[in-house]
Amino acid sequence: MRDRIRKLIAERKVVAVDVDTLTDTSDLYEAGLSSFASIQFMLALEDEFDIEFPERMLTRKTFVSIESIDRSIAELIGEQV
Amino acid sequence: MPVASPTIEILRAPAERMRGVAEIAARHSGEVDREGRFPQEAVDALKAERLLGVMVPKRFGGEGLSLIETAELCTILGQACGSTAMIYAMHQIKASSLVSHGGSSPWHADFMRELVEQQHLLASATTEGGIGGDLRNSICAVNVADGRFTLEKDATVISYGLYADAILVTCRRSPDAQSSDQSMVVVKRGDYTLDKTTGWDTLGMRGTCSEGFRLVSAGDAAQIFPQPFSEIAAQSMLSASHILWGAVWFGIAADAVARAQAYVRAAARKQPGSLPPGALRLAEVVAMLQDMKASVIAGVVRYEAAMSRPDELSSMGFAAEMNNLKVTTSQRAAQIVTHAMLITGLSGYKNDTPFSVGRHLRDVTSAAIMISNDRILSNTSNLLLVSRFDTSLVN
Ligand SMILES: Cc1cc2nc3c(=O)[nH]c(=O)nc-3n(C[C@H](O)[C@H](O)[C@H](O)COP(=O)(O)OP(=O)(O)OC[C@H]3O[C@@H](n4cnc5c(N)ncnc54)[C@H](O)[C@@H]3O)c2cc1C
Repeated sequence: MRDRIRKLIAERKVVAVDVDTLTDTSDLYEAGLSSFASIQFMLALEDEFDIEFPERMLTRKTFVSIESIDRSIAELIGEQV
Repeated sequence: MPVASPTIEILRAPAERMRGVAEIAARHSGEVDREGRFPQEAVDALKAERLLGVMVPKRFGGEGLSLIETAELCTILGQACGSTAMIYAMHQIKASSLVSHGGSSPWHADFMRELVEQQHLLASATTEGGIGGDLRNSICAVNVADGRFTLEKDATVISYGLYADAILVTCRRSPDAQSSDQSMVVVKRGDYTLDKTTGWDTLGMRGTCSEGFRLVSAGDAAQIFPQPFSEIAAQSMLSASHILWGAVWFGIAADAVARAQAYVRAAARKQPGSLPPGALRLAEVVAMLQDMKASVIAGVVRYEAAMSRPDELSSMGFAAEMNNLKVTTSQRAAQIVTHAMLITGLSGYKNDTPFSVGRHLRDVTSAAIMISNDRILSNTSNLLLVSRFDTSLVN
């Protein structure tokens, strides 16, 4: 799943740096994730994983790193099954 | 002007103290507006009444006032002089960031004590040449070496910059940080120089003296807030700005309506037995004012419910509601004052009658552009692509 997230970050040019320079815990906001880009990124994630982020997950903390995104998506997919 | 010692004096209720300041502000409001000068008398009175440190928690020497209590103070002053009230609100917005984020940092905690003791007036430098009102991006960067920082900013608007005792400046966190990776730094008088770059000959809010400056500063690295600015912006600045600005605009609008009512009552007394022509419009504008008040109060209630939960404060739903509060109240204020002028007619249009509302009208026109409503709406429209608005009546 983390690879798919990374691929999206690269394709959608979500951050200002090369995705390969990011670790799973790197702060994406520090890497240049803007509020506009973060929403486009959320929409892309919803599309890619066929999920909908509930209101409680629409916070900065959810999208701060690849790891936190991975954890949230896993939780949502887990809820579906 | 020397400030009275804070030791064991019993202070009167803040609202009562503010009403005294408002009388002074009202006396000078015409001249402050006409000459576009700083309302020195009223700001001296704010300091003498010790109203600059009221939001600081008691453990740092302040009075621990809540945002709603502070909003009420802004409204009282807003009825007397829009510029003075906006200066007071902008100061308290900066103070609220210190209160929310400074308590755990020794430098900022000491600074809060100093703010109360010496009644420091705080200014803000977020707007930057090449960036404009896009608060969440900076070009300038703070440079830290050996425990010291240096920071230069093309600050195109700093209200009362020349009269402030400290300025809270946003910048990139380091010279190699991205534009959205920001910090906020407290620079105190003595830490900085200001070279004036632009003037402030404006339609309204003339007394805020919001000139542009080249700011050059240096100081102790501890003056940089430990939290990223994104957290400060989301958790204290957004709500404090939009609530306290709304409170100021409400005060201006309320005074315009009071003048309109005085005009209608005077007309009614001259023609007993008949309803004066403006009476119906007065009923209409009072309803608009009530509606504006409800918006501000709903914003405060929403903020207080979220206040102790940083996650909630950083959520998109909260940001969208706070954005809407600003757009709605800024539009409402302009409509209300325009309405008040229709009621008062030529007497309101003239600058020298007891019913004049020209200054009010010019002052509230700033509301829509003080961070452009279009910018805010486009930000909200982006949030609404993923966030669902709250459909409940009572959250
Ligand atoms: C009375 C007053 C006091 C102020 N005091 C201070 C102060 O003390 N410190 C400080 O730092 N700043 C201060 N400001 C400046 C304020 O914070 C904003 O920077 C300023 O109002 C400019 O914002 P803006 O977004 O309109 O300008 P810009 O960002 O330059 O935008 C200009 C115009 O472009 C359009 N626009 C821009 N972006 C968008 C978008 N995304 N979507 C749609 N349209 C857009 C809008 O029509 C906007 O009016 C003050 C402003 C006022 C009116």
